[in-house]
Amino acid sequence: MTASTTTIQRVKISEISQNRKIITGIVEIIVAIFIYVVFASKVASDAITTFVMTPGGITVGKMANWIVPSQLALIILAILSLLIGIFQIIKGFGKATNGVIGLVFLFFIFSFLTWQASGKSLNLAGMLSSAVQFAVPITLGAFSGILCERAGVVNIAIEGMMLMSAMLGSLMGSIFNSAWLGLLFGVTGAVLLAALHAVLSIKYKIDQIISGTVINIFSTGMTAFISQKFLQVYQELNNPPMLSRFEIPLLSKIPLAGPIFFNTNLFVYIMIALLIILQVALFSTRWGLRMRSVGEHPKAADTLGINVIKTRYMAVLLGGIVAGLAGAFYTIGSVGRFDEGMTGGKGFIGLAAMIFGNYNPVGALGAGILFGFADSLGTKLSLLGSSIPSELMSTAPYLITMIVLAGFVGKGHVPAADGVPYEKE
Amino acid sequence: MDKNENEKQDFGKLVLQEVTGESPKAKIQKRSVWQVIQIPFLAILTGLIIGAILIVATSQTVWTAFAESIWKGFSTAGKELGTAYWALAEGSLGNIVTQIKAVSSGDDAAIRAAFNPFLESLVQSTPYIFAGLACALGFRAGLFNIGVEGQLFMGGIFATYVGYSITGLPPYIHAPLAFLAGALGGAVWGMIPGLLKATTGGHEVINCIMMNYIAYRLTAFLLTGPMTRPSVAGMPLSPIIEKSAEIPQFFPSPIRFHLGFFIALGFAFLVWWILFKTTWGLNLRVVGANTRAAKYAGLNITKTTIIGMAMSGALAGMAGANEVLAVNHSMATSLSSGYGFDSIALALLGNSHPVGVILAAMLFGVLKNGATRMMVVSKIPIDIVTIIQALILIFVAAPPIIRAIYRLKAPKKEVATAVTLSGWGRNK
Amino acid sequence: MSPILQLKGITKQFPGVLANDHINLTLNKGEILALLGENGAGKTTLMNILYGLYQPDEGEILVNDQRITVLSPTDAINAGIGMVHQHFMLIPVFTVTENVMLGAEPVKAGCFLDRQKTAAKIMEISKQYKLEVNPDEYIKDLSVGVQQRVEIIKLLYRQAEILIFDEPTAVLTPQESDELFVIMRSLTKQGKSIIFITHKLREVLEVADRIMVIRRGAVVGEANPKDADRNKLAEMMVGREVNLVVEKEVKKPGDIVLSVNDLVVADQFKQVVVDHVSFDVHAGQILGIAGVQGNGQTELVEAITGLRKSVSGHVTFMGNDITNKSPRAITELGAAHVPEDRQADGLVLPFPVAENLVLCTYYNQPFAKGVILQYDKILENSEKLVKDFDIRTPSSLTSVGSLSGGNQQKVIIARELSRPIKLLVASQPTRGLDVGSIEYIHKRIVQKRDEGCAVLLVSPELDEVIELSDRIAVMYRGKIIAVVNADDVTKESLGLLMAGIVPEKIEMKAGGKKVVETTF
Repeated sequence: MTASTTTIQRVKISEISQNRKIITGIVEIIVAIFIYVVFASKVASDAITTFVMTPGGITVGKMANWIVPSQLALIILAILSLLIGIFQIIKGFGKATNGVIGLVFLFFIFSFLTWQASGKSLNLAGMLSSAVQFAVPITLGAFSGILCERAGVVNIAIEGMMLMSAMLGSLMGSIFNSAWLGLLFGVTGAVLLAALHAVLSIKYKIDQIISGTVINIFSTGMTAFISQKFLQVYQELNNPPMLSRFEIPLLSKIPLAGPIFFNTNLFVYIMIALLIILQVALFSTRWGLRMRSVGEHPKAADTLGINVIKTRYMAVLLGGIVAGLAGAFYTIGSVGRFDEGMTGGKGFIGLAAMIFGNYNPVGALGAGILFGFADSLGTKLSLLGSSIPSELMSTAPYLITMIVLAGFVGKGHVPAADGVPYEKE
Repeated sequence: MDKNENEKQDFGKLVLQEVTGESPKAKIQKRSVWQVIQIPFLAILTGLIIGAILIVATSQTVWTAFAESIWKGFSTAGKELGTAYWALAEGSLGNIVTQIKAVSSGDDAAIRAAFNPFLESLVQSTPYIFAGLACALGFRAGLFNIGVEGQLFMGGIFATYVGYSITGLPPYIHAPLAFLAGALGGAVWGMIPGLLKATTGGHEVINCIMMNYIAYRLTAFLLTGPMTRPSVAGMPLSPIIEKSAEIPQFFPSPIRFHLGFFIALGFAFLVWWILFKTTWGLNLRVVGANTRAAKYAGLNITKTTIIGMAMSGALAGMAGANEVLAVNHSMATSLSSGYGFDSIALALLGNSHPVGVILAAMLFGVLKNGATRMMVVSKIPIDIVTIIQALILIFVAAPPIIRAIYRLKAPKKEVATAVTLSGWGRNK
Repeated sequence: MSPILQLKGITKQFPGVLANDHINLTLNKGEILALLGENGAGKTTLMNILYGLYQPDEGEILVNDQRITVLSPTDAINAGIGMVHQHFMLIPVFTVTENVMLGAEPVKAGCFLDRQKTAAKIMEISKQYKLEVNPDEYIKDLSVGVQQRVEIIKLLYRQAEILIFDEPTAVLTPQESDELFVIMRSLTKQGKSIIFITHKLREVLEVADRIMVIRRGAVVGEANPKDADRNKLAEMMVGREVNLVVEKEVKKPGDIVLSVNDLVVADQFKQVVVDHVSFDVHAGQILGIAGVQGNGQTELVEAITGLRKSVSGHVTFMGNDITNKSPRAITELGAAHVPEDRQADGLVLPFPVAENLVLCTYYNQPFAKGVILQYDKILENSEKLVKDFDIRTPSSLTSVGSLSGGNQQKVIIARELSRPIKLLVASQPTRGLDVGSIEYIHKRIVQKRDEGCAVLLVSPELDEVIELSDRIAVMYRGKIIAVVNADDVTKESLGLLMAGIVPEKIEMKAGGKKVVETTF
């Protein structure tokens, strides 16, 4: 019997859905139309918008003000957005799609500001500077989330850890009259909570959301308890020295970037340092490769001799340290006092930034600054006497996160074993 | 007759089974009542003990006493603790001596005053019942509704709006209407994450958290803007609702005990009935327990998820509506004292069963109410309750800890939690 | 020459099962030792012990006459033992290089990954053993066969001398299997030693140098493939006469019940896995779909039962077009489905037997009046079915999860067959069950056919398909490549067909509109 082996090529139906490409393009065109119709046409044709490019009170790294004819700028931005949208529909930007969406979003924000401040002057650099300050706890929270979730442990307790660290930072900083010791104790408190989260979710394998929720409840209760029992009774216990601003030589002289990034307080520097360290460590070192493998396929890691449990403990504890830094920022970096619930959900926004930033440090920083910008925009607008209430403006980060999660904006890869306890058979 | 008896027996069996989450046969043979309640009971006990340690450890009188002598330290600690927990008990359940005296005197006002602490505990537990039911129903449907807080705020907003903007309605229409508006507000707020989960696969937990914050901000905006009380312009406070929209209180002020408590019990029964006696409930539970089997059995998972979240949200909305219509009579940004997160503890403590939720809610109500008195008497911040609740939740969620502390033997099979999480979103 | 590996008296007890009972094993350098045994015979347990994933209760492991303790995979790797797991231990979002280097990463400047070095090493191994692979590709973009190559490279990269292959062909197409065998041979030629775990006789005879048969945790015999008797081996493996004879009368098939026309189905990666498939099933007839697992059978069944949307084509059931209808609509027309994965799809494990028995019908009379469930009726139904189908359960209220696999399957069979149905789609109805349950379920399926029900049986077990079916369709790479009468076909010719080898006299149309009916 002669025989022939049939070879049948498997066919792929289609590579990627066309839908997203087109929808993205349409959204970008809508933005363009919006800029034109709502902003450009409402602006007096001879109005001028002045953007002050040096934050108030800064003497090094000054930059000249931007003075733009409002209408012309708006029309240019509208046309640019329109062109991007059309190109998106016809050809698409491939991998750069998300970045381009961000760019169009930036155009929109800038148009919005130009419109709001037409005929007036707006300290854009001041806004950016405060956006970076707002971004610190968010970004550090996101970094904490990245550390935990890249190793496969979902951590919604970041908020609680931040709160605990903020409280301890203030209390201990006041007791020892040292910002550094405050920072140390704050971080220690957060790490202890992280250890609890690790034990509950890694050892006892209880649902990680529940574990995180418990820690948030506990931390809310505990900080409020201590605050009422001591901090509010003895004011001197709630008056820590703060880490003051210091200049980084040379770098602080760069126009715009200098005042914002290199003439500020320690926490911004920590944020930038962590960004570089994390980005390199996660993707270019043995440590990062192993940690990511544990978050993707713990069993595979185990069969290659990687200790899954130990790796996860380490990741969660490191996450605790970073969350602690984020929390301490409030009391010894920014406000100089502890108030109940002062983190105001920034830990959760941090998680949102982590998701928006695609579990990448660089992305998380971008998202953090974007969310921080939304915050500073809210405060700035009320000063400008805008008709848009700041409460509604401040919902932007939440809405953006939901849109990202829904996949309307391209969403990347979530660690495959995220949230799944590891069971060694 | 015979048949009726049979039915009753089966009914009992099924309830038992749902409460314990295990097969009744095995239960009848192997598990006594003690075994069923040992973990929750010991969790509560341990929580109170650790709370006691915290009270003592943060008390300056105790420290000063210890500085004098160890014996004095311990006696002071004991005294301090006794005062505190006695205040807790008296503040939440009332003083038994006063109660007996009042009853024997036959004076109405005295009786009411004597029993008010207990009634106030029930008032405090009412929103807990609604919120706990919301979370429990979600758990049964495989949904982690961490958005109870936001849904509660939206419920409050809707109920308030209907409560003050409509005038001239008779109470028997206006109050239910406002209450249902609250339920609708919560349902809408809950449905959005449900919709997103069902259609895009976005995880409901993160969406719910986002919805919570949007609800806070929206509430702040509405209460300072469109819905603000004219007399206090600028403060985040709504107008006072119409008399006709109020859920009636049974006794004259200051006793706040109101019909809402019984409405909550009624809804607990309704939730139980829907979950365990109707096809809708079976639908929800199958989807919650095994999505793939649900798909195989021909259930509409998309619809069930959306409805499940909407129902859960509606119950949460009722919690908000209840607080506005029965207790506060207006809406402020301080509507909730963390009911949303507590609801998770309630559902877990009550094993996601309405009866369990009611019991857990009463416990939380008692703790919260008692803590107010404790604060007055012993200067212990009311947040001690939050800490104790968190501790209880830890122990309930991780029975091995309790077993390790009390050296109990582990049962053969762990009762599985309905929900497990995997990632934050769609992963394809 | 002394053996490279010796296992002496390995014993492992799991709660209720003696998984390994004083197993002795020797492996010589450069040979392929086949470990043959049924599913659950204890082969994988033994290898997991060797690889450090389990600890043995008794016994010792010797490599090159040196006694070693293997407490973790690291110890095994250090001892030169490597394992290709049945479910690949690869991380889809990592590149080949990253997967290979993981756990044994070369670094430069103290901590930075040296990807180039690994990639170069991979290329070297790839050349030496003819394992073609691109180090920079992501695992998720590779076919199953190539992924397996990466697994092998992982072992060679760690300089493993003893390679364990756990059911390596389960996920491969016959062609890929053949390629694997070539690779295995070239590995042994270069001095590696291989333990090959399988339950497939044919493969053992084809590739092994020596055969060891394991049954119920104990070694029951050894053989040499050159002079081994197939039937004898099979008997050793299963411990009984292999021929499961099903009593079945010849019946004249009735009208067409299910008609599948030009059906195309894609999997979740948008790959076409069911490729223009057409066939009919008549009343009173069992149509068996034979084929190696992973040739599109799962997706075909899912498309017919409404669990998966098809890309094109039509499914007609009793004259109704049910293409892409909902599972419930299809069930209500009188179709029943015994799913492939009973625990994941067919049952709600924490729920009681009674509720599982009405999983598809609970909303109908008499189990519900309106929306109110009638628990007395549900329990009555359960008591009856438990008795009729001999389900061994303490009570109707026991959770299904606590029953044995056989009884769980009986719950599904009872639920599906107790309804008035016109079509039964049974997907691997006896997978992993004991002989008693298998016979019982076979009897029930034939009984249903005799009552005039049309049956579509999907099974990778050749014996099951031949014994039960009236007609057999062979599925290969998403296509039905032949439809034959069960009585006219030999096992051998079916086996060839399953491997995609079609005798030349059968002509096939391009695109496979309607496959030519054939007899052997």
